[in-house]
Amino acid sequence: MSELSRLDNDQPLLVAEGLAKNYGQLAACRDVSFSLYPGEVLAIVGESGSGKSTLLQLLSAQLAPSAGCVSYRMRDGVLRDLADLGEAERRFLFRTDWGYVHQDPAQGLRMAVSAGANVGERLMAVGWNHYGRIRDTASTWLERVEIDVGRIDDAPKTYSGGMRQRLQIARNLVTEPRLVFMDEPTGGLDVSVQARLLDLMRNLVSELGLAAIIVTHDLAVARLLSHRVMVMKGGRVIETGLTDQVLDDPREPYTQLLVSSILPP
Amino acid sequence: MNAPTYNFAYLDEQTKRMIRRAILKAIAIPGYQVPFASREMPMPYGWGTGGVQVTAAILGPQDVLKVIDQGSDDTTNAISIRKFFGKTAGVETTTSTTDATVIQTRHRIPEAPLHAGQVLVYQVPIPEPLRFLEPRETETRRMHALAEYGLMHVKLYEDIARFGHIATAYAYPVKVNARYVMDPSPTPKFDNPKMDNCPALQLFGAGREKRIYAIPPYTTVVSLDFEDHPFTRYRFDAPCALCGAADSYLDEIVTDDKGGRMFVCSDTDFCEQRQAAGHHGALSAAPHKEKAHV
Amino acid sequence: MYVAVKGGERAIENAHRLLAHERRGDRDVAEVSLAQISEQLSLGVDRVMTEGSLYDRELAALAIKQARGDMIEAIFLVRAFRATLPRFGATEPVNTGEMQVRRRISSTFKDIPGGQILGPTFDYTHRLLDPQLAEGFVPEQPLTAEALQAATPRVTDILGRDGLIEGSPQADADAPVGDLTREPLNFPADRDLRLQNLARGDEGFLLALGYSTQRGYGRNHPFAGEIRFGEVEVEFFAEDAGFAVPLGSIELTECQMVNQFKGSANEAPCFTRGYGLAFGQSERKTMSMALVDRALRARELDEEATSPAQDEEFVMSHSDNVQATGFVEHLKLPHYVDFHSELGLLRKLRQEFAEANEAPEMQEAAE
Repeated sequence: MSELSRLDNDQPLLVAEGLAKNYGQLAACRDVSFSLYPGEVLAIVGESGSGKSTLLQLLSAQLAPSAGCVSYRMRDGVLRDLADLGEAERRFLFRTDWGYVHQDPAQGLRMAVSAGANVGERLMAVGWNHYGRIRDTASTWLERVEIDVGRIDDAPKTYSGGMRQRLQIARNLVTEPRLVFMDEPTGGLDVSVQARLLDLMRNLVSELGLAAIIVTHDLAVARLLSHRVMVMKGGRVIETGLTDQVLDDPREPYTQLLVSSILPP
Repeated sequence: MNAPTYNFAYLDEQTKRMIRRAILKAIAIPGYQVPFASREMPMPYGWGTGGVQVTAAILGPQDVLKVIDQGSDDTTNAISIRKFFGKTAGVETTTSTTDATVIQTRHRIPEAPLHAGQVLVYQVPIPEPLRFLEPRETETRRMHALAEYGLMHVKLYEDIARFGHIATAYAYPVKVNARYVMDPSPTPKFDNPKMDNCPALQLFGAGREKRIYAIPPYTTVVSLDFEDHPFTRYRFDAPCALCGAADSYLDEIVTDDKGGRMFVCSDTDFCEQRQAAGHHGALSAAPHKEKAHV
Repeated sequence: MYVAVKGGERAIENAHRLLAHERRGDRDVAEVSLAQISEQLSLGVDRVMTEGSLYDRELAALAIKQARGDMIEAIFLVRAFRATLPRFGATEPVNTGEMQVRRRISSTFKDIPGGQILGPTFDYTHRLLDPQLAEGFVPEQPLTAEALQAATPRVTDILGRDGLIEGSPQADADAPVGDLTREPLNFPADRDLRLQNLARGDEGFLLALGYSTQRGYGRNHPFAGEIRFGEVEVEFFAEDAGFAVPLGSIELTECQMVNQFKGSANEAPCFTRGYGLAFGQSERKTMSMALVDRALRARELDEEATSPAQDEEFVMSHSDNVQATGFVEHLKLPHYVDFHSELGLLRKLRQEFAEANEAPEMQEAAE
């Protein structure tokens, strides 16, 4: 943690510059630039097809941009262009300093492996070699995401949708990442389950001082979790600002349309 | 008709050179699986074609060859392979572990310590230790390249969570030279410690899967485990019924259809040498004794 | 006194002697000759040559005889022999466009230059067991006519002239052709290696995979553009002489499938190809091969690969029947050592289970 505290919170954690992605004639994402600061939660909102999922994949280095670049401040404080990282470095980043929460938990979990091992895998991948300590840490995390520790040896295929999503979050957070990407984390869940998950996520993000980039089509999710909002349409960012400001007083007609289509919180 | 004729040790010299190049690479990168252009052999895949090709490639006229299967010189597959090389290479064969310069084995490491200058050739069915965790070759090669072995530990974790200890009894994965995770072939884990810092060269050949890998002499070989669940050897807790050895790996022999069984050394050469030296087990000197309930 | 099992050597010798006896069968029945196998079981010989990757009718016939008619065993024998042969080089590519055609059909055009030639085929026979064949049946002489001098251009060449089918990639004459019997196979594999793998692959396996594409698992809408069978010249470029020397002719079957068209914003739509080639008359094999070849081009043609026949690693890793039969049959070998270590572990687990479950009961009993 001493390393972390040395980092200046005034310096951005992640910087996107002029990001673009084309698929043939189609510009899925064009000229996106922004900076994300430590502990900041950014929501990317828009309808399906607006380019927000493409943007998330660009930001998390899962997709190479057609133009522009993404830089990330590594734990040693150096800002590095993600395109310059080797595959080993990128994968290491992915299992230590980053988290990625998929909409479908089956994509982010090993469905046939116990919950304990799902949470413990990242620890073992970075060299933890004491079964008891791995298991204790996994138990602690199951408690934190409100999963009965008695289910630690059950595989997530026996879990409900909400539990699976909470397990996926625990699996991601166990290495104390500084940045978590989330792709429609509440999609496909019942409304009551969503509310509980959002509450949990809000608490974890603030307790851990996590930075997060959340892609969602649900403005309620953005309102509850994020500090800042980016509105996308046709591959462009058309409006950006503090969450309350954008959602309460949208300037762009498209944003006004989006906001009016949901109930006020 | 084109009447077949065969070279010394069956394979043509070009093929042997290709295999030797793969072996040299394997020795240079301990534990790394080197792809090689495995040939069709006159015995079926899965019956030792990898080991046979490695042996054929390294065998010279002065070599003394021993072949074991399940630790024994007398099992059918061992006889068949020994006869094959006796016929195609005309080399001297032996059952003595100490006298052999090349030992081809399936599923065991001899009990007698190996010495410098010897080569132990293992027959390997599935060379990839991660295969049953991840079926895709492209993915497992990437995992080895990046030394991403978290998945292997997940398997060991699951074993302990489910059974209380690591439930792998043979083909127990090891880490070679602190780098590559390697499958030791389906030897019982009892044999794993013999691989560590061994004075002999250990070569592994997988014919159907077209891989060769190696442990050079005096290389560190560590069985994977957890600090609080360390690797342990396993052998049945009984002396050999023939030679009385209390530290050898045992075969269980069913002696009748009423549950009678006995335990004898799986390594027949080791057992015979001990008996010749005057060691006796409970049954060796007692003909017609009642059933052996151990 | 217990004596460890011995005498395996004599057992093997005796077993092989018995096998030889069984192979011969009733000695009052005339022995089958290689010529009889080659002449009267010729499609079996063709299959053994194809999957054995060795064009030698006599050796293939010997292998079938030695294998007692077990085709995979016969293929195995041929392969094992082939693996020991010295390699002088590769022949010039054969030109199937100049094939001396004995059979040639297309399902895409009713009439084609050179005509449809039915040739020797089971097609359109009624599948009724023929008691006449049981003994001494002498068939009528086939009708003969002057060989047509007309050229028989390949149907795909005809389509290609109008750009209706994708170009057949012109091989770089100087680029070495891959050979998976000489080089280890790496994935992803190029089409030359895929085709070699399929040509050597098990007919039954490819048949099932090809069939699965027709039933919707990786569907690619095939038409049998052309199937032709006949003789082609084989030539070898002799370095010393400086020109290609004819080595003789071999019988080949070629199948060119014409498949679903592709196209994009900057490319006009056209049909795509699947290709099959085999020694002798091997139609089922070449058709299956062409279907699977096309399915395996999913990556190259930017198609979603969701089915087994489109999965290069799956197909290529399991197509070889010599590999497959070896590993399946190796289960017959002793596994005492591994089995016993499993047995030991199982006993230990069961004991621990029993102890864990007995403990409370015993306590109760004590109370």
